[in-house]
Amino acid sequence: MFTVDRTNVDQLFRLLQQKGYTLIGPTVRDGALILDAISSASDLPVGWTDDQGPAHYRLRRRDDASLFGYSVGAHSWKRYLFPPAVKLVDARRQGRSMDCTSPSPDSASQGTPLKKYAFIGVKPCELNAILIQDKVFLGSGTVDPFYKAARERLFIVAANCTQASGTCFCASMDAGPRAQRGFDLAITEVAGKQHYFVIDAGSKKGTEILLELPHRKSSQQELDEAARRVQKATDQMGRQLDTAGVRDLLLKNPEHPRWEEVSQRCLNCANCTLVCPTCFCSSVEDTTDLAGKTAERWRRWDSCFTLDFSYIHGGCIRSSGKSRFRQWMTHKLASWNDQFGSSGCVGCGRCITWCPVGIDITEEVRAIRGTKRQEQLMHS
Amino acid sequence: MKRTPTLAVWKFASCDGCQLSLLDCEAELLAVTERLTIANFVEASREVLKGPYDLSLVEGSITTAHDAERIHKIRRISKTLITIGACATAGGIQALRNFKDVKEFVSIVYSTPAYIETLSKSTPIANHVYVDFELHGCPINKNQLLEVVNAYLNGRKPNIPAYSVCVECKRRGIVCGLVAAGPPCLGPVTHAGCDALCPSYHRGCFGCYGPKETPNTGSLTSWWKQSGMKDDELLRLFRNFNAYADAFRKESESHEK
Ligand code: SF4
Ligand code: SF4
Ligand code: SF4
Ligand code: SF4
Repeated sequence: MFTVDRTNVDQLFRLLQQKGYTLIGPTVRDGALILDAISSASDLPVGWTDDQGPAHYRLRRRDDASLFGYSVGAHSWKRYLFPPAVKLVDARRQGRSMDCTSPSPDSASQGTPLKKYAFIGVKPCELNAILIQDKVFLGSGTVDPFYKAARERLFIVAANCTQASGTCFCASMDAGPRAQRGFDLAITEVAGKQHYFVIDAGSKKGTEILLELPHRKSSQQELDEAARRVQKATDQMGRQLDTAGVRDLLLKNPEHPRWEEVSQRCLNCANCTLVCPTCFCSSVEDTTDLAGKTAERWRRWDSCFTLDFSYIHGGCIRSSGKSRFRQWMTHKLASWNDQFGSSGCVGCGRCITWCPVGIDITEEVRAIRGTKRQEQLMHS
Repeated sequence: MKRTPTLAVWKFASCDGCQLSLLDCEAELLAVTERLTIANFVEASREVLKGPYDLSLVEGSITTAHDAERIHKIRRISKTLITIGACATAGGIQALRNFKDVKEFVSIVYSTPAYIETLSKSTPIANHVYVDFELHGCPINKNQLLEVVNAYLNGRKPNIPAYSVCVECKRRGIVCGLVAAGPPCLGPVTHAGCDALCPSYHRGCFGCYGPKETPNTGSLTSWWKQSGMKDDELLRLFRNFNAYADAFRKESESHEK
């Protein structure tokens, strides 16, 4: 572990820029933290933190000048690896036949060339979400060329959490608040009289950058202080989810009355899935020009909360709100395990914060667990 | 040469804004006229070709006995009939009368009420004749109008999703004002189509495109009630351009004293 002073953060950014990276990081916009291109440490949410609760998000000033003193913001990193809209096919009528080309990943995202990104300040839960999406887009048999291209050139600077919000429960999901793997650099910020970062390199690329930065071997005191701060985040987790046997609990209770109750509250607006860093669903839309000479095929973010999502010839399979809500939650916490070998939830809390009526996935699990159908569970 | 299909544009009780969206298409309009013969569109050209017509776009709601008859004639001479805008699909802002006694309004507003012949309710076109497709919005989005015409010309289903405005809002990466600032936003119960125009300007959605598929307005208003909103405020939220659309009508009525 090495220590880098706050004064050298811009140097880190410059090094990354010199290597051709476009920096993406959290920044303040419209009363929240979002992700966007940044160029220096002053673009980060310096001295800001957040208050989060069900259907509630507010920024608040800190009494220090932390660069990373907040939990996850409104955007997840997936919008850079799995963009909201991607063109898949260009087609042109040629007499009686048709020419089809697939745009290369470099021109697929709404015409913007694919950049070499360095993600600055990836929270551990989100890093785990990226590793989960790696399985979805790269490791499940079919490779998504856009994701692959963006992912291969990606540099990840993870920021361990020193502050958790009211909707965080990464500790329950074993997904934070300390990054374990998958990063190029992982930093723990200590902001106080002295302002420094304890940094760990997780890859060759990461080590190279770190060695070019002014750094020193971390003292025991610095390591202890960094560990204490991450422990504080663990203690602060606003929510908990008891994951023991949750897969079986949900799969064995498809007719639990709670599904009907929660569907009375759910707006099926899809916000929870669109903000989720692991949700990967999209729909494919074909468009033509007026003359019928050219056509395009676009992939757009979609969600299991829309009716069209489960539309097959003759109708929609999940027409009731109940079946759509149940699909979402059982996919996240149960069938995801069968499909990709892990939970589909990393406990980032976004679905709770950004649900317009504050539906809380941890509360729903408790409700089903509390009144589970014993007789059904006994057969397991 | 193949005959190009004919287009007619009809107006009922409305502000003209939706038909203007077609003229607003400017660059694309030329491409439209290459594939469609504009046969009857008085707002664009005085030349009127005789029907029947292949495609009729109908703007406006039915508010008079005369119009209630006229729409049947139009349906008979239209192969495909598409309604455009909140008036034609939900009765429009003028459907606010449906919640009161229209005779009272007439006597207050007009100096010679006897000249006014009007029905007691303003109703959408689909209450009177079969409609092939309804394009929502107040006004409609010109890109969606082009998409509907385009889909018609190319014999495909139009890409006009009925999910919430939130889906468009989140794809654009707009910070949700409902959660991060507080003012009410009808996005979660409103039909997509505007590409989250108001949220992109830090305004809550006004519900211009009417109810989305399976709207759950009651849950949203109970949530807002818990945070202190009053029945009359909630009533007003749902009483605008789409006040008479079923889901919005029922919701506003549930907040009547
Ligand atoms: S759980 Fe909340 S965010 Fe998700 S669809 Fe239902 S109302 Fe929308
Ligand atoms: S929860 Fe729904 S939107 Fe998310 S990955 Fe599963 S099916 Fe897709
Ligand atoms: S399900 Fe909710 S808490 Fe879990 S990863 Fe998705 S948004 Fe975060
Ligand atoms: S601002 Fe409105 S439309 Fe956008 S996500 Fe929030 S509730 Fe939905």
